[in-house]
Amino acid sequence: MAEYKPIRKVVSGNYAAAYAVKHARVQVVAAYPITPQTSIIEKIAEFIANGEADIQYVPVESEHSAMAATIGASATGARAFTATAAQGLALMHEMLHWASGARLPIVMVDVNRAMAPPWSVWDDQTDSLAQRDTGWMQFYAENNQEVYDGVLMAFKVAETVNVPIMVVESAFILSHTYDVVEMIPQELVDEFLPPRKPLYTLTDFDNPISVGALATPADYYEFRYKLAKAHEDAKKIIKEVGREFGERFGRDYSDMIEKGHVDDADFVFMGLGSLMGTVKEAVDLLRSEGYRVGYAKVRWFRPFPREELLEIAEKVKGIAVLDRNFSFGQEGILFNEAKGALYGTGARPIMKNYIVGLGGRDFTVRDVRAIAENMKAIIESGKLDREVEWFHLKR
Amino acid sequence: MENTLFGEKKAEARKLTFRSIEQYPEAPVSLGTTLSNFTGDWRTFMPVIDESKCVKCYICWKFCPEPAIYIKPDGYVAVDYDYCKGCGICANECPTNAITMEKEEK
Repeated sequence: MAEYKPIRKVVSGNYAAAYAVKHARVQVVAAYPITPQTSIIEKIAEFIANGEADIQYVPVESEHSAMAATIGASATGARAFTATAAQGLALMHEMLHWASGARLPIVMVDVNRAMAPPWSVWDDQTDSLAQRDTGWMQFYAENNQEVYDGVLMAFKVAETVNVPIMVVESAFILSHTYDVVEMIPQELVDEFLPPRKPLYTLTDFDNPISVGALATPADYYEFRYKLAKAHEDAKKIIKEVGREFGERFGRDYSDMIEKGHVDDADFVFMGLGSLMGTVKEAVDLLRSEGYRVGYAKVRWFRPFPREELLEIAEKVKGIAVLDRNFSFGQEGILFNEAKGALYGTGARPIMKNYIVGLGGRDFTVRDVRAIAENMKAIIESGKLDREVEWFHLKR
Repeated sequence: MENTLFGEKKAEARKLTFRSIEQYPEAPVSLGTTLSNFTGDWRTFMPVIDESKCVKCYICWKFCPEPAIYIKPDGYVAVDYDYCKGCGICANECPTNAITMEKEEK
């Protein structure tokens, strides 16, 4: 193994994704531009035009076609990538089921953007979380470094378990904000991520197969079980790949939930993606003032890390779940998932759901402090004032 | 091989049946094509040909979408029941009503 000397570049989250696609030696990209995803696929097109990357680029007329073409490419055995956001992801919905059902290890970056109307291009997690049941795995990046690392790890995990993965980053907060990203020299990426070994290929003309043909009620059920089991098995693979990434490149991702100060915290903040960067900053500040707080950053939403969540829930008195998303008629989606995962375990921390940052509404360290004060009062009194709070609402 | 659409190729064909989860392929791909996998078990009604009414026009042979109707050496048509899905198009198209759809007992 060659010695690892990172290459530091100041890039946006979108460029971090594009560099990771190049370094992963992706063979096919099919994409349709949409704000705030556009600069990912522009950068990839630039790499191809400059001769820096050998990628077949398929410009298509819609996101539905983008995913369809990516599926076709992946079914031939190629390493395939696409990217989208919000309405584009929603338009892909049908094809997302196809990708996971056909067990194709596609990696896609979704730039979290609020669903319209009202029209918005800003950060909101409802677009990706609404694809919860499509059979895709979902990784949420906190910062540009995690976008780069996430894409590289996603290919390795996806190609091991044959399930597609969505790497999710925040609109503008990451996608268009420049930060230092440590990139990995090509030969070391190649050692970490060897060429794909496909489960099957459409281009073996001596042994023709059909993919996704009809399965009657006598057989469909078993294929669903195979996909369900692949998600469960993926938890072990995710931890192994995350540990290997840490050993090779110094950033460990073996935990599906990144934890901070959980062991001596009265309560923790739990959430997905970039807003957890703000939380981590605030937790340091709050702890210096004597607050017994910690954080639990959920990196993988699918498969859902219920075992790691239980470990946290058994240690703390309360969990403040921060959802930059909402399931209408119910509550925040992560909150709903977390409560569901704990039912039947016996762990009963007080849980409160804070709906924050929808449509790019700023979520600041000051907001985390206000939530901390509210949670502290709830835990001291043992009384939950309300289960779901629309935190920023102008009253 | 008289009684077949695909001649000797059909000799290796069979109805694929999975009896346990381990026997299934990981992904929903066919193991081979329909040349090696029978698909004729979806029928409720089966076409039955009355050769005394058949005028060898071959309209059924042209219309069968499968195709599961073939022409025998004697010039009459026959149905390959390993592939026929029982759609009834042949019976509907037959100008002499030589084909009737009969409920199949399994």
